[in-house]
Amino acid sequence: MAVLSETPLVYALVGNPNCGKSTLFNALTGLRQKVGNYPGVTVEKKVGECYSQHGRRMTLIDLPGSYSLNARSPDESVMRDVLLGRAPGTARPDRVVCVVDASNLERHLYLVTQIIELGVPVIVALNMVDLAVGKQLRLDVHRLSERLGVPVVPTQASIKKGLIDLKVAMSRDDLTPPHGLPDLLPVPVRGGLLRSRETLSQKGVVREGAPLLEPLYLLSSHDPTHYGISDEARSELQAVREQLEREVPGWEDRLVAARYDAIGALCEEVVRRPDAQQLSLTDRLDAILLHRVWGWTALLTVLTVIFTLIFKVAEAPMGWIEAVLSGGELWGREVGGLAGWVTGVMPDGDLRSLIIDGAIAGVAGVLVFLPQILILFFFIGLLEDTGYMARLAFMMDRLMGRVGLNGKSFLPILSSYACAVPGVMATRTIDSPKDRLITIMVAPLASCSARLPVYALLIPLLFPPALMPAWGKALILLGLYAMGTLGAFFFAWLFNRTLMKGVSTPLILELPTYKAPALAGIMRQMADRAWMFVRRAGTVILGLSIVLWAALTYPKSSDGAPSRQVENSFAGRLGRVMEPLVRPMGGDWRVAIGLIGAQGAREVFNSQLGVIYAVEAGAEDETPLRDRLRAEKHPDGRPVYSLPFCLGLLVYFVFAMQCLSTVAIVRRETGGWKWPLVQFAYMTGTGYLLAVLIYQLGTRLT
Amino acid sequence: MLVPETLSSLPTGATGVVVALPAGNAALTRLREMGLVPGTRFTLVRRAPLGDPIEISLRGSLLSLRRSEAELIEITRG
Repeated sequence: MAVLSETPLVYALVGNPNCGKSTLFNALTGLRQKVGNYPGVTVEKKVGECYSQHGRRMTLIDLPGSYSLNARSPDESVMRDVLLGRAPGTARPDRVVCVVDASNLERHLYLVTQIIELGVPVIVALNMVDLAVGKQLRLDVHRLSERLGVPVVPTQASIKKGLIDLKVAMSRDDLTPPHGLPDLLPVPVRGGLLRSRETLSQKGVVREGAPLLEPLYLLSSHDPTHYGISDEARSELQAVREQLEREVPGWEDRLVAARYDAIGALCEEVVRRPDAQQLSLTDRLDAILLHRVWGWTALLTVLTVIFTLIFKVAEAPMGWIEAVLSGGELWGREVGGLAGWVTGVMPDGDLRSLIIDGAIAGVAGVLVFLPQILILFFFIGLLEDTGYMARLAFMMDRLMGRVGLNGKSFLPILSSYACAVPGVMATRTIDSPKDRLITIMVAPLASCSARLPVYALLIPLLFPPALMPAWGKALILLGLYAMGTLGAFFFAWLFNRTLMKGVSTPLILELPTYKAPALAGIMRQMADRAWMFVRRAGTVILGLSIVLWAALTYPKSSDGAPSRQVENSFAGRLGRVMEPLVRPMGGDWRVAIGLIGAQGAREVFNSQLGVIYAVEAGAEDETPLRDRLRAEKHPDGRPVYSLPFCLGLLVYFVFAMQCLSTVAIVRRETGGWKWPLVQFAYMTGTGYLLAVLIYQLGTRLT
Repeated sequence: MLVPETLSSLPTGATGVVVALPAGNAALTRLREMGLVPGTRFTLVRRAPLGDPIEISLRGSLLSLRRSEAELIEITRG
């Protein structure tokens, strides 16, 4: 009989990273899932639904992959808080499904031993049984279940094997909290913990009857930021912890050892290993992929392929988006796009201009990067899922460690050469909050693809065309990329030494078994992240684009000429106000307006200059604009676009933060305005100072 | 009396047993939680192409740790 009116059973899905937990979650819930965020931290909250064998609704919370309740990263803190019922806005789960890698039982049972002490019913999903078979391991499932006191269900989530059995187990009404392994706590530790729980529950820090180890988990020294724990509670916890340490020195380490002793004994009983170890696929692949010659070859090949695809494959859809929204060539035909349609149906006027030049242009400016972002997310997902990402971090750790980052910072920074938005979002894989923040802070210094049009416009202006062979331009371009890269390393080093001094976070990395990627899961994650970008960045950009449009449109000038209009607008006046700031770097008020426009998105600089100098700048060919710039003179007759000025301007574009999407996403990922503002200040400040320095020195030397 | 050896000094491919890890170091506590407790047998699989970090295999899984942590871990060979 279907009982639909009951409140759903809430299940939490937990497990170590790389145990196939998310694949299992997708297989169980199908499309009935919602992706959001836990408040205050950038950890994805995934909640799904499925029905029990009796038609009862069950809610599943897919908690981030974690090694221990002793949290060491934001991900692990979220798992701890949800399981202990301390996460605001998330119900304490009624039951837990613990997913373990059957081929790696010893290590994965560690978390299980912690979970079964929490006092809620637990089911163990013995996942990836195929890998265990491949390793010729024989597991006594019945004995394992008996010894742990919980149902154990073998599954293979990738091909949906064992799901029915798992659902049957989840549907049972008679599940009770497990008796667990024999008491693992040394007697004096248990006494101490009982007393401290008493103290803490009287003060309301933990609820009555809370798990004995809750105080320990809440104040783990590995989780320096203590997400969501009030200051008073924290000092109580600290006192309790210190007292325990005095009474039983090294108790925490003894507890870990006791758990592994028990797990070791259990595995002796339930796991039969083959007599001779054979070389696994992972061993053989690593021999090549981590080789000191072939490893680098493979790494370079992988990255080259990814970046070629980003720039080549993304080109066409970028054109389509542009054409559909703003008009242009679509499959060999000239189309007006949405903007053209609006032009057709609306009378000329401010409202039409607002829609076309403000809203549509602003949205197009964001959406045009979507193909690149999607492709990047796809490859990041692919690298993570196959297990190669960890190898990349392993290879690069030494280099990144030099400036105080770790190997996991490599890919986010590299992604930023295409676009900083996915780069910043990819920092979520970095567990250490400090390393993650520094990576976010420096990633936008990588020269992204939006800088290229500006570089392309300005580089040929540096020298007379006769003195400028193609390789010379390429060399300068390379220099600008190198400058951004060195800048990123320098500032990472600086932040590590100053802003975030004293927090040490060593890299401990698991190198997971290689496996075939779960493409459906990757696609879904890619779509979720891209949608988040469109929603979060899109709204901010839309608003600011409209502001920028208004600044360029009002007040109206009587004369219809666009260049006159810009000159008289608020932005034009702001340009004149800003002129004293731009003059030290060699520019005039026109350049100031260009830079104001570029503040939203760098590539706008070109079109802005086009408007100001009243040059019809084609999307493909910048020559007319460039010729106009070359002819531009200061009132005293000196050329405006001189070598020192252009060089300084280029360097300004290398360093300055001129991208609203990035600002919006950094605000999102760091949870406030503080870091995006610091980032804006240091990047733009550096760019400005260098540009002034170059111009001033340059004009004195020439 | 043998001079205590550390994990970082073990040659590539060699096998060792953990003797002791100093207490009160967050990174080492995590390594313990990932199975590197005294008495655990492990193999030093390789060093990264740039010499650091170090990859070890223990309890059927592969872990990587930096030399700075490996230097603190006392081991015996065998």
